[in-house]
Amino acid sequence: MVAGVAGGVADHLGVSDTVVRLVLIATTVFGGFGVLIYAALWFLMPLGTPAVPATPGLAAHTRGGLRTDQPPPQPVTEAKERKKEKSRSQVLALVVVGIGLLLLLQVAGLGIAGKMFWPLVFAGTGLALIWRQADESQKAQWARDVRVPILGIVLGKGGWKSLIRIAVGLILIGTAITVFLVQNGRLSMVGDVLVALLLAVIGIGVIAGPWAHRLTRDLNAERAERVRSQERADMAAHLHDSVLQTLALIQKQANDPKAVARLARSQERELRTWLYDEDDKTDQTLSGAAKRAAAEVEDSHGVPVEVVTVGDCELSEPLSSMVRAARESMVNAAKHSGADKIDVFVEVDGDRAEIFVRDRGKGFDVDGVADDRLGLRHSVMGRMERHGGRATVRSDPETGTEVRLEMDR
Amino acid sequence: MSQRRVVVIDDHDMFRAGVRSEIGTAVEIVGEGSDVDSAVKAIVGTEPDVVLLDVHLPGGGGTEVMKQVHQRHPEVKFLALSVSDAAEDVIGVIRAGARGYVTKNISGAELVDAIGRVADGDAVFSPRLAGFVLDAFSGAIDIASVDEDLDRLSQREREVLRLIARGYAYKEVARELFISVKTVETHVSSVLRKLQLSNRHELTRWATDRRLV
Repeated sequence: MVAGVAGGVADHLGVSDTVVRLVLIATTVFGGFGVLIYAALWFLMPLGTPAVPATPGLAAHTRGGLRTDQPPPQPVTEAKERKKEKSRSQVLALVVVGIGLLLLLQVAGLGIAGKMFWPLVFAGTGLALIWRQADESQKAQWARDVRVPILGIVLGKGGWKSLIRIAVGLILIGTAITVFLVQNGRLSMVGDVLVALLLAVIGIGVIAGPWAHRLTRDLNAERAERVRSQERADMAAHLHDSVLQTLALIQKQANDPKAVARLARSQERELRTWLYDEDDKTDQTLSGAAKRAAAEVEDSHGVPVEVVTVGDCELSEPLSSMVRAARESMVNAAKHSGADKIDVFVEVDGDRAEIFVRDRGKGFDVDGVADDRLGLRHSVMGRMERHGGRATVRSDPETGTEVRLEMDR
Repeated sequence: MSQRRVVVIDDHDMFRAGVRSEIGTAVEIVGEGSDVDSAVKAIVGTEPDVVLLDVHLPGGGGTEVMKQVHQRHPEVKFLALSVSDAAEDVIGVIRAGARGYVTKNISGAELVDAIGRVADGDAVFSPRLAGFVLDAFSGAIDIASVDEDLDRLSQREREVLRLIARGYAYKEVARELFISVKTVETHVSSVLRKLQLSNRHELTRWATDRRLV
């Protein structure tokens, strides 16, 4: 709860964070290893990166100032509220656990001598506050990856709240020192000690400040440069593999307009996917599989297939058959309808999946489907029925053909 | 009917020239712009019926143009054009005030048709945009928390959108549902209004979450 270590470990191992916390607590009780482990992990663990990476295309447009990145403009109050609540309850829990542990130690007589007790409590709380603040602001800084002056490492972007936290922390530490000295009967030294401390801190700051500042800046610059050159390399590789190859092919087939159009279209699709689409999940989801089927039909028959999807679900065995039936419908439309475009609509709504394949071609007589149109009877209707679905076909010369596939998933 | 007065905003000269040659006879192109500043200047100077607006534009993008123009001329109508098809951009540009969204590979005739529709105050929904909107308004709706009309689509609006997503033209939608084309236009405009006014956070969250689903 202090630095999110348990949560991180839980995420990594795929178990509940409560389990991880219990294990940590158990090890703490038996010999205090838990604390050590926790501290070590805190330092060693990479920070989580919750930021959603934009697709290359969008990121590039944003960098180039071609679009404004819209931060969620509308109320997210609910989520924020919850987050606040959570962190508040965390702090509360921390405080309660801390107090409990201390009292336990005192009662058990293992505690520190009474004289030392309160100074230590004050100092500990103060340090905890400052550390927590520094940790949080560092996270914020890493997430934004901007260079921040030295002071910023402690202050972060927390504004007055962080200032208050630090001030309270300092006051607590000061109180601790004072109380300690008072109890040891050396009150007169308080002033001297404080001045000496202050001078020492300032001295260290003056000596090490610029150096540390330069170091962070160089590190940031170097990291940014490395990321940039990696991106350039990726981009070059991608352009070579796809675009250059396609351009070469297009030059070779320049006298065949249909082939050129097909190549251009398939390259466009690939580039578009690479630039703007989410991760490729072609093999796992219904919409992914439908898109791939459409792409295959487009490539092999040279008719553009526009796919629109609403909702999505995992691809089960029956749904794969549904996609195969849809593919067959697209092939039929591409081969026989004479339409210059095919529209495919995939919708998953609750337990129901539907695919529509539509063309504005010349249509055909559905009832009089001859034996030479086995594709429709067997590959589409038969296949759907075998897997508990349904296919309906509507066709007339004026509006073209629409195949509707339905299945409960 | 007199010709529509149109301003074309795009940072690629080639694309502007292409649009001009493709629709230049069907509409009157009164101005052009290649970035946010020149776009605002051209629009304010000519007060066109419709602005063809590229979503990605140097100086802050198409949404920035709409923001600046709408401050002074809220009556100017925008039709957004883009190659990207990314949900964030499509929904973003509609929410910023565009009356419709089409991709750049649209045919000349369809584009002229869309310009006319936008000029008449109707909305232009491509199948893809209809799909995005259905996606955005469906699924995650927590019925108990829906207390505003703005936050959900009526049954009829959903039907209309689904047909558009299936590739139906407005005319075909009308025939399919036994309603007039005018009624279809009313439904689509009402969806557009909901999309622009609804402040359901699901809507924005959806656009950003979409890639993770």
